[in-house]
Formats: sequence, structure tokens, C-alpha cells
Amino acid sequence: MTVAPPLQRPPRRARRTTLDRASGLGLGVALTWFSILVMIPLAVVVVHATDDGWATFADTLRNPQTAAALRLTVAQAALVTVVNVLMGTLIAWVLVRDDFPGKRVLEVVIDIPFALPTIVAGLVLLSLYGPTSPIGVDIVNTRWAVFLALLFVTLPFVVRTVEPVLIELDTDVEEAAASLGASQATTLRRIVLPALLPAITSGAALSFARGISEYGSLVLITGNLPMRTEMASVRILSYIENGNTAAAAAIATLLLAVALLVIVTLEIISRRVARRG
Amino acid sequence: MASPTNGTPPAGVLVRRGVVVAYLSLLVIWPVALVVQNTFSDGLGTLTTALTDPSVVFALRMSVYVAVWAVVINTVFGVGISLLLVRHEFPGKRLLSALIDLPLAVSPVVVGLALLLAYGGANGTFGPTVEALGLQVAYAPIGLVLATTFISLPLVVREVVPTLEEVGSEQEQAAHSLGAGRWQTFWRITLPSVRWAVVYGVVLSLARALGEFGAVKVVSGNIVQQTQTATLVVEQKYQDFEQGSAYATSFLLALVAVAALVVVTIIRPKEHTDGH
Repeated sequence: MTVAPPLQRPPRRARRTTLDRASGLGLGVALTWFSILVMIPLAVVVVHATDDGWATFADTLRNPQTAAALRLTVAQAALVTVVNVLMGTLIAWVLVRDDFPGKRVLEVVIDIPFALPTIVAGLVLLSLYGPTSPIGVDIVNTRWAVFLALLFVTLPFVVRTVEPVLIELDTDVEEAAASLGASQATTLRRIVLPALLPAITSGAALSFARGISEYGSLVLITGNLPMRTEMASVRILSYIENGNTAAAAAIATLLLAVALLVIVTLEIISRRVARRG
Repeated sequence: MASPTNGTPPAGVLVRRGVVVAYLSLLVIWPVALVVQNTFSDGLGTLTTALTDPSVVFALRMSVYVAVWAVVINTVFGVGISLLLVRHEFPGKRLLSALIDLPLAVSPVVVGLALLLAYGGANGTFGPTVEALGLQVAYAPIGLVLATTFISLPLVVREVVPTLEEVGSEQEQAAHSLGAGRWQTFWRITLPSVRWAVVYGVVLSLARALGEFGAVKVVSGNIVQQTQTATLVVEQKYQDFEQGSAYATSFLLALVAVAALVVVTIIRPKEHTDGH
């Protein structure tokens, strides 16, 4: 991954560290634990995938079933992210700017997909969109099921990143723009959207990462049909169950790369915002 | 924007409100309500059947056991690392702070695979070393705890860091200058000032830990009454056509999740009136 570039921070140069003996020891213990739990296992995955150079990657990606799963994963995650950008921003807007009975309930509803166990999320969707659906819609084992499951689990990301920015955003500026003759569309495009853009991008990045890596909510509803509804994480699991851990590690490494990319994107955005603020 | 004195708001406002309510109803509210309805469709029968099924009871116990361990570990680690990140300068700090968020972006299945490849049995890179220490990670409760700790790792840190930054270090310095020791300052000044953030982080971690599925599935081997957690039992019961038990267990898990949400919503405003 790209290590953070050394920013110009000359004043800090004088005191690179404020650690004394006790806090240094604490940091050592914390880093050791973090390495044992997170960094070493993830590194082992990458090492395992690259044991034979690029051969494992090439073989795994050439498998048509795996290639189809990866294509589906990227396409669905991207599609869901687009919907989330639009709907998430709209939901945040309504929750912040409008006032109506039941608004507090909707606030809680937004967080339900985060709080619910993913397997329960799948079951929840099955109850309305499964074989026993009271409205007669049965999308089980279709790509719509994948789309719906991802839409459910990623619902909060854009809403929750845009909301605080919208609350902070002063309506004075918008009113000033309007009083100077700017149309509603112009105000939205020139004033509101630029201010929301970093938050929307963060939310979109999180939503895409979650979409790419989702597993639990897909299990019951998508049927995991090879070439049709099988997603990358499901593919990893079937490789593990078949004992082909090298191929599992290869797909896992690709997913890890996406995760790192998202973390770096978020870090860059938060630095930009911090510098501007 | 509609002013409240203005009677009915303009059509545009009503439309966007309607779209949002319809979207959330179809995606979340209605399906969740149906699960509750399915659980209680024949009174308390489904729930009692599930709760007298030994494999369900075992799985619920296992979930609580694993979640409690994961939360305890993450709380100690989370508060410690937050203090280091906020109150100290050291090289690589920003990198560490970014890496801490990594578990939130990694697929649960990848987490499980990573732990298996690193510490699992004879085939794991460090498997033999770990087993020489008398620990078994693969298909064992320790593995479940590790996987669950991994996926819920950043939650406490993400809550405590901003609060620590907000309260500043003046009080700690004052305590220090008045002769308080490091531990005394921590227990009497620092911890009380971030207590709500810690509670919030603990509640979030607990909900996340109880609900973990993918990582636990890979590590556990899903052995009935040995390493099966509540979420794994939901999958198995559903696939075994014992849908009543699946719905009942899901309902219990959802109940805990929603309770956690409510606790968190109650805590949040309190934090603001605390007067920092």
C-alpha cells in the first residue's frame, strides 16, 4: 500500500515522539496484539496467494466460474453504490431539512441494517421477497436478490456520512445565493453539492467496499448459483471447503486490495477536508 | 423549505418525503415486521420450540461467550490505543490510525481465511507453534473469539478517539501537576470523561460481535453443539426446513440488535448535555 507521504510538518520535527517508557511499552503491547490478530494473518493470505508467483492468480482468474463471480461482484457493488449515492443523499436531506412525524423512527430504521446480523438480514428480505411473500414477489436465486441484499446492508453508509455535513452546512449561504437570484438548481449545484461531495464520496467508498466483501446476507436469498448469482466471498468459501486454499487466498488478496484502496481514499478525503476546514 | 406555520408543505417536499418513506418501508420496515410476525404466527409456540432445542440453546450460549470475550479484549485494546493515538506523537501514527479501520473494510470470509491460514492446525503458517502452546484456533472457541475480535476491533477506537480529542488534556495535566499518578489520572479523570464513548463503543461491538457470521463460519467448521453460534444455527435451521426455529433465533438476535440501537440512541443525546 502507499505509505502516507511525509507532509510538511516542520514544527513537529523537533519532537518526533512524546512516548516515555510506560506509554512506549503500552504501544509495544498494542502493536504486537494488532499484528498477531490483524496484520500477520492478512499478510499470510497475500503470501499464500503469491507462493507460486502470479501462477495462482492467473489460474484462479481463468476459471470461468470465478471470473463470473468477480464480474458480478464488481458490477453489483457499483450499481448498489450508485443507488446509495442518490437515495442516501436524498434520505439524509429529508432527515436533516424536513420535519415530520415519524422522523425519529426513520433515524432508527436507517441503522437497523448495521445492527442486524447479516444472516438475519437475508432472512428478513426473504420474508417479503421470498417464496412466501405476501405481495407475491419471489426474487430468490436471481440477480435481483444479490442487488437487494447489498442494497439492504449498505443503506446506512451514504446517509450517515452526509447527514452530519448537512447539519453543519449553513442555510445562510443558500439563502444568500437565492436572494442574489440563483435558482434552486444553481444553488444546489454550486453551493450544496460541492460541500457534500467529500462526504458522498466517503459514503460511496464505504458502500462499495461493503458490497464487494458481503457474505452473510447473500447466503439464504441468492442461492449461490454458479455463473449466475455466486459472489466473490461465496466463491472463496467454496474454495476453502474444497481445500483449494491457494485459490481462496488469491481472491481474498484481490478483495484486500480493494479494502486497502478504500481506506487510502477515505484517508485522503479526510485530510483534504481537515486542511480546508 | 416549508415553514411549519405554512399549513401543507409544497408538493416537492411531499414527494421527496414520500419517496424516502416508501424506499425505507420496502427495504427495511416491512421485511423486519414480517420476521416478527412470522415468529409469533402461532403465539409463543415457535419461540418455545426454539428455546427448548438444545442445539439452539447451546449456540446462543456460545454466541454470548464469544461476544463477551471479544468485547472485553476490544475495550481494553481500544481505550489503550485511543489514548496513545490522541495523547502521544510517534512515527507511523497516521498509518496505524488508518490501519485500525482495516477490519471494517475486509470481507468476513477473508478474515476467517486469514486466521485459518495463519494459525489453523498443521497447515497454518504458525499453526504448529500455536498448537505447541496448547491453543487450538481452527474449529475451536479460541478461533471464534479471534475472528469476532478481528471484525469488531475498530468500533471502540472510533468512538473513543474523537471524544478524547474533544475533552482535551487540560484536566489530566492539572491532575498531574497536583501530584496524581498515571493510574490515578486515568481512573479518576480520563476514563470518566470518555465513559459514554466507551459505553457506546461497547454496545456497538457487542451487537456486531453477536451478529458475526461469515468469519465465524469459516473458522468454526460449524460443528453442532461444539462451535456453532446463533447466526450459524439460523442458517442451518433454515436449510434444514426448520424455519420456525430459524425465525425465532433470528428474532432473538434482531431483538438484541434493536435493543442495542435503542440504548445507543438514548446515550447519544446525553453525551451532548454532559457539557463538554
